[in-house]
Amino acid sequence: MSEPRDGHRTEGQGLGRDRRLVRDLRALGAGVAPPDLLANVLSRVRLGDAYWTLDTPVGPVFVAYNDGGISAVMRAAAVGDVAGFERAFRERHARPAHPVTRPPAALAHAVERQLGGDRRADLRFDLRGRSDFERAVLLKAREIPPGEVRPYGWIAREIGRPGAVRAVGTALGNNPVPLLIPCHRVVRSDGRVGDYAFGGAAKRAVLAAEGLDPDRLEGLARAGVCYHGSDTTHVYCFPTCAHARRITDRHRVAFRSDEEAAAAGYRPCRVCRPALAS
Amino acid sequence: MAAERAGEAGRAAVEGTAAPRDKRRGHAAIRNRQSASELPEALAGDLDGSFERLVRDFQDRLYAFALRLTGSPQDAEEVAQDAFVRAYRALCDYPPERIRSLALKPWLYQIALNVARNRVRGRRLAVVPLDGPDGRPRADPPDDERRRPEAAVERAERRDDLGALVAALPERYRAAVVLRHVEGLRYDELAAALGQPVGTVKANVHRGVRLLREALAEREWRDEGGR
Repeated sequence: MSEPRDGHRTEGQGLGRDRRLVRDLRALGAGVAPPDLLANVLSRVRLGDAYWTLDTPVGPVFVAYNDGGISAVMRAAAVGDVAGFERAFRERHARPAHPVTRPPAALAHAVERQLGGDRRADLRFDLRGRSDFERAVLLKAREIPPGEVRPYGWIAREIGRPGAVRAVGTALGNNPVPLLIPCHRVVRSDGRVGDYAFGGAAKRAVLAAEGLDPDRLEGLARAGVCYHGSDTTHVYCFPTCAHARRITDRHRVAFRSDEEAAAAGYRPCRVCRPALAS
Repeated sequence: MAAERAGEAGRAAVEGTAAPRDKRRGHAAIRNRQSASELPEALAGDLDGSFERLVRDFQDRLYAFALRLTGSPQDAEEVAQDAFVRAYRALCDYPPERIRSLALKPWLYQIALNVARNRVRGRRLAVVPLDGPDGRPRADPPDDERRRPEAAVERAERRDDLGALVAALPERYRAAVVLRHVEGLRYDELAAALGQPVGTVKANVHRGVRLLREALAEREWRDEGGR
């Protein structure tokens, strides 16, 4: 920094001018890197994640991401302020999280689409540290359309572990990215809404925000209704399946079990797959 | 519809298996700022624990350099980001003794320069977008820039003008002038960053400054109402 700056002595003419030019050039170097540069670099090489805050039906959440995808979603109500989130993130992931003023446009767009119920949203997740089983459970939950729910047992059966219903519940309860992987769309096998990574009350709020009526759902559960069938097609579905919701009152038939539906000559819907439809 | 869902699951590319570099960071953030010569040593000993310091120490300089090379804040941010990412990946592959003997400053400038050059090459084939990289129209200067006092505005204008002239220099001279006079590198560092002999970079700096002076003189002549 202290070496002589005028390397143009040979040029007698315009020396003063050159000095001023060199001084002006020097001033061009006075720059401050954009605020997100550090966070973006560290998240791309996975030495730390970048995060921003987002408003959702359950209040503001912190969303963290790195090169592998979304790594964490935490409620501000649970972790407190920015410092609280950064502490909680470091405890869980053993690496720091740095705030960005603006997430990458493509990522922000995909998150918005996902929260808006668009299942084609191109979201990736960083699920390192999760077991194969946990990953299978979380990915399966992603297949449930917005405004619909499936029981824990459905996930267990779909991933080929029909006996692991309780483990499915645990895996969903430990979902590191609630809302974006919609574990809220998985309910108790008796139809009650059940627990949630963000708490039972939040689960009802999120489901309601997706256009589902949690009270109606639990009403059906109390009445012992597991499935709805149509007496015109003789197909039965989960009550929240888009196909079940199309059945008119006149043609809707309620079933308490797969066996009951089968005995009545109904086959399971191939879309919501009450029993593994072959 | 079931098939469509299966596709969905397939597309949900989940990162699960890769667990590279699980060494946890040391106490780089707590450590006091050490002299520049200690950074290569720290990087050689604990890359993941020291890399954040490298970014903090060099981000302003590398960004300013990229800004002068590209002439655009958006491009400069991307170039600087890509340069640091490349630097990290290179350091992962270097043996510790190579990292220890690294002259970080010219090395980083060299990487940024290559990133900027590659982008220009790639762009020749691409259609230049009318919108910004985020799909929105390129933004006006932010409000705080408009609210600055007159003198500062004037100074900034002069700087922007000069910046534009620099950005318009042929690449060979631009890189040399920026590294020498904007970033203040020594000629030996310059030669290392550009991968050219000292004589060549001196000549290019010299010629670049002369081109700038001529461009300035021409502009002044025009501004003063010359015919």
